[in-house]
Amino acid sequence: MTDAAGTPILEVPVAEGAKDQHLVLNMGPQHPATHGVLRLVVELDGEIIVRLYPEIGYLHTGIEKTCEAKFYQQVVPLTDRVNYLDPLSNNLCYCLAVEKLLALQIPEKAQWLRVLLAELSRLNSHLIWLGTHAMDIGALTVFLYTFREREDILRIFEAVAGQRMMTSYFRIGGLSMEPPLDFFDRVRSFIQTLPEKIDEYSNLLTGNPIFRNRLIGVGHLSAEDAIALGVTGPPLRASGVDFDLRRDMPYSSYEKFQFKVPVSTGSDTWARYEVRMQEMRESIKIIQQAMDGMPEGAVKADAPKIILPDREKMKTQMEALIHHFKIVTEGFNVPAGEVYQGIEAGHGQTGYYVVSDGTAKPYRVHMRYPSFATLQALETMCKGRMLADVVAVIGSIDIVLGEIDR
Amino acid sequence: MSEAIQTTLPDKAAVLEGLPEHPAVKAILSWNADALVDAKFDRGELTLTIAPEAIRGAADTVRTAGYNFFEDMTAVDWMPSSPRFQLSYHILSHSYKEHIRLRVMLQDSDPAVDSITPVWPSANYYEREVFDLFGIRFEGHPNLRRIMMPDEWEGHPLRKDYPVEGYR
Repeated sequence: MTDAAGTPILEVPVAEGAKDQHLVLNMGPQHPATHGVLRLVVELDGEIIVRLYPEIGYLHTGIEKTCEAKFYQQVVPLTDRVNYLDPLSNNLCYCLAVEKLLALQIPEKAQWLRVLLAELSRLNSHLIWLGTHAMDIGALTVFLYTFREREDILRIFEAVAGQRMMTSYFRIGGLSMEPPLDFFDRVRSFIQTLPEKIDEYSNLLTGNPIFRNRLIGVGHLSAEDAIALGVTGPPLRASGVDFDLRRDMPYSSYEKFQFKVPVSTGSDTWARYEVRMQEMRESIKIIQQAMDGMPEGAVKADAPKIILPDREKMKTQMEALIHHFKIVTEGFNVPAGEVYQGIEAGHGQTGYYVVSDGTAKPYRVHMRYPSFATLQALETMCKGRMLADVVAVIGSIDIVLGEIDR
Repeated sequence: MSEAIQTTLPDKAAVLEGLPEHPAVKAILSWNADALVDAKFDRGELTLTIAPEAIRGAADTVRTAGYNFFEDMTAVDWMPSSPRFQLSYHILSHSYKEHIRLRVMLQDSDPAVDSITPVWPSANYYEREVFDLFGIRFEGHPNLRRIMMPDEWEGHPLRKDYPVEGYR
């Protein structure tokens, strides 16, 4: 089998004669269990996977090219659309990178609110993972339960940002505005009930013999392979590598929070399930600490040439009006240089590489998203297993095709 | 922000003087001092410019020196400057808890460089992406095909001479 250029697509190391017995199967691009438009070319010997080859690019929108034609502040809404399940982590990563270029100091309250909302965003991402993962295995009920709680998170996002999914709430230099008055009450009542809800999911799944048998021992990935194949986030920690950017290279004042980093040495799909379930409980602890110790102060840095003035000021003060006009029409210049900022998002390590040539538009924005690298480990995890295990493994690495294809 | 992060070391001589004990700098110098073309420490990030022919060896050297995790790799098109293409490799160390950036500069005509996929298998997709979107070839890559664009696509979209809205 060769492509248009004559390059072999499926060069399978099998004995002559055996090759005829193998079946090449296309999974996707519209398979409902692939969480998006992923195409897997699977070579099977009976029902055993001999080789698996992901074919991606169906969602490629050239978002990195689009960034080069926008002002720095106009890139923020684009970042939401890359990973639509964890929008605030994307905003956070991009804003941190540009703030590093600008050497901008962010007020403490804005940093803490960023931590709080990024953790809510992680919970959102993990709840969707849990629902869809369980649904792939055949436990449909959990999906309805997790989406019930996800709805609460989306309502909180809507209250702070005016948008449920494409929040764009973090801006370069702080937040877009103060959170509404009842924000903390809503978050508090949400996180008070969530631990019980997680117990509820756990009751449905952890002891469920079908779920256990589909997960335990499936999709084994050793720590060496995980590092060599660029796996990050929960799948890396489920392979026994104790590394979390929030704790080990803290950003946005994460160093002020106490939380555990769940690690498992199971290295299989079950270990990934357990790590993420514990991570949800740790996120609740972080949110609780953020609410208890929330500092007072502004939510925007004092940089009138970079941050849009308040509506009130803009309408009453000449200088604020001029700044507003200039930022909207001309953007702001960012000192030349290059930075890389990595953060621990829901799926793993997200990174933004921003290159500035000193003008108001980024010269180059590159987005490192965890699913792109993790997908490379799919073959290692699935080889020698049954075809039905592919669905369990895809669920356990929690891929988002929007961030793979960008 | 701590004082150490605000310091800027603009060139190789300053980095060699300011960070003589840095494990990555030390490892590369002891492996092949000529491979290190330039260096920079800016905004808390260390950038080591490597001679194009030495990148695979340099990658292997920093990996042995404790920078065990290949995190990201991409290119920047500096058209019309020469050399035109910049490759940026971001390497993370789980033990030092630090990133470094390896940089390679490439000429405009038929840009090609050794693949580092033999050192880190995770570089596979990243190199395919750069090949697809920038047209830079990676020698020794196991499967150098387009990854995002269709196989029959013409041109390399992230080059600066490729317009945002397509050719008119």
